Amino acid sequence: MSTEMSSNNPSLISVRIWRGTAAGGFQRYEVPRAASQTILDVVTYIQRSLDPTLSYRFACRVGMCGSCAMRVNGQARWTCRTHVSKVIDESAELEIAPLANLPIIKDLVTDMTEFFDKWARAKGQFKGDATRQDDFARVKPESAQRRAVDAGIECIGCGVCYSSCDVVAWRPDYLGPAALNRAWTLANDERDTQQLERLRAVAGDAGCHACHSHFSCTERCPKRISPTAGIAGLKKKVGRLAAKGAL
Amino acid sequence: MASTAIAQARAWYWQRISAMVLMVFVFIHLGLILYAMRGGLTAAEILGRTQGNLGLAVFYAVFVLACVIHVPLGLQKIAEEWGGMTPPTAQLLTRGFAALILVLGLTAVWAVTAP
Amino acid sequence: MKSLRVRPLSYTAFLMHRLSGLGLAIFLPLHFFVLAQAIRGESELDRALRLTDSLIVKFAEWGLVVLLTLHLVGGARLLLIEFGPWRGVRSGWITATVITSGVTGFLFLYSLVN
Repeated sequence: MSTEMSSNNPSLISVRIWRGTAAGGFQRYEVPRAASQTILDVVTYIQRSLDPTLSYRFACRVGMCGSCAMRVNGQARWTCRTHVSKVIDESAELEIAPLANLPIIKDLVTDMTEFFDKWARAKGQFKGDATRQDDFARVKPESAQRRAVDAGIECIGCGVCYSSCDVVAWRPDYLGPAALNRAWTLANDERDTQQLERLRAVAGDAGCHACHSHFSCTERCPKRISPTAGIAGLKKKVGRLAAKGAL
Repeated sequence: MASTAIAQARAWYWQRISAMVLMVFVFIHLGLILYAMRGGLTAAEILGRTQGNLGLAVFYAVFVLACVIHVPLGLQKIAEEWGGMTPPTAQLLTRGFAALILVLGLTAVWAVTAP
Repeated sequence: MKSLRVRPLSYTAFLMHRLSGLGLAIFLPLHFFVLAQAIRGESELDRALRLTDSLIVKFAEWGLVVLLTLHLVGGARLLLIEFGPWRGVRSGWITATVITSGVTGFLFLYSLVN
């Protein structure tokens, strides 16, 4: 079955998978089709039944952790939540590659270090001054600020937006949509005490001002977050401060 | 480092401010051109309208100044993102371009509006 | 292979905006230079203008008027995205950019012919 060409057999999919490092190349496999098959199922089948040397990441396989993010036919997606039937046509071909804009460790596995380093550089951590002795903070959920936070808070750091961003590809220093989105949620968190440092951290061409509103991040985010919106908000906040000379 | 970020933040809003100014000026300019074009455009026809016209002189001088801010800032982004230039190189190049259009532009305004 | 759009429509809008800006930036010094010929007198400007009577130049002028409109309306969309109430990708404005550029281009051609 594995030597038969998928173009002759509709129950086979022809899959090109990236092997090796950045200097590697695509390798072809023929995978039997199955009902409700996901891309992650395809990769798993290849590693377990055809080629045990294939390296890839996954964990929850139910769309909660973001570990399985890869590029499928050029688009970054969660492979556990991408049905083969949604991305395949009559030619029954698939192309699976690792996320873009990150160093490739091996095959479909990328080094996420810089992605999270940029998160830290954007001051993407909460810092408060309340202690267990203080009363709870009272944050109105319907306030404009809190709604802005809620719109971006569900990010699980999967890297799909970062992989989809052309500005990240053009400017290696650019913090990227995920880090800036997190900074935005914290910039609107009334309990946070490092607002000025954060706005300083996200200003400039390594930060929010490099965004050209391509909307690739917003289009691809599996959690339906719009980093473009958060970045536009950061531009306004930073712009106001810079104009006042307070940055 | 921080001062560069502040400078870049300022460049961002100067780009937007000059853009808003240019929107008004370009709109008026396009209207003027399309109106004036009827029946062909000769030097006599252009200069007949513009020579000695202080209003037009001021209008086009401000127009030139807005361009001098807006165009180089846009070119700098292209130079850095697609031209592979470092920010200092890109800035030098685009500032040189700014000087060029400032001189050429104000000369052109003078040339057509001087009485 | 299913040729899925790798980049959204808003990326095309960005390309239109950047390339039209680049085109205008190249045109601007030439435009100023031609007009500055008036400083040498009416006949010099006339000479410069007659040079621009050629079909190639007329086509370039038409292209530039279209570029100007593309850049202006595309820029208005960006200003709304960055400063206006958040309404997402504002695809209506992308449509408006293309349509008004077409209208302006048509009006220019009409003025040329009449």
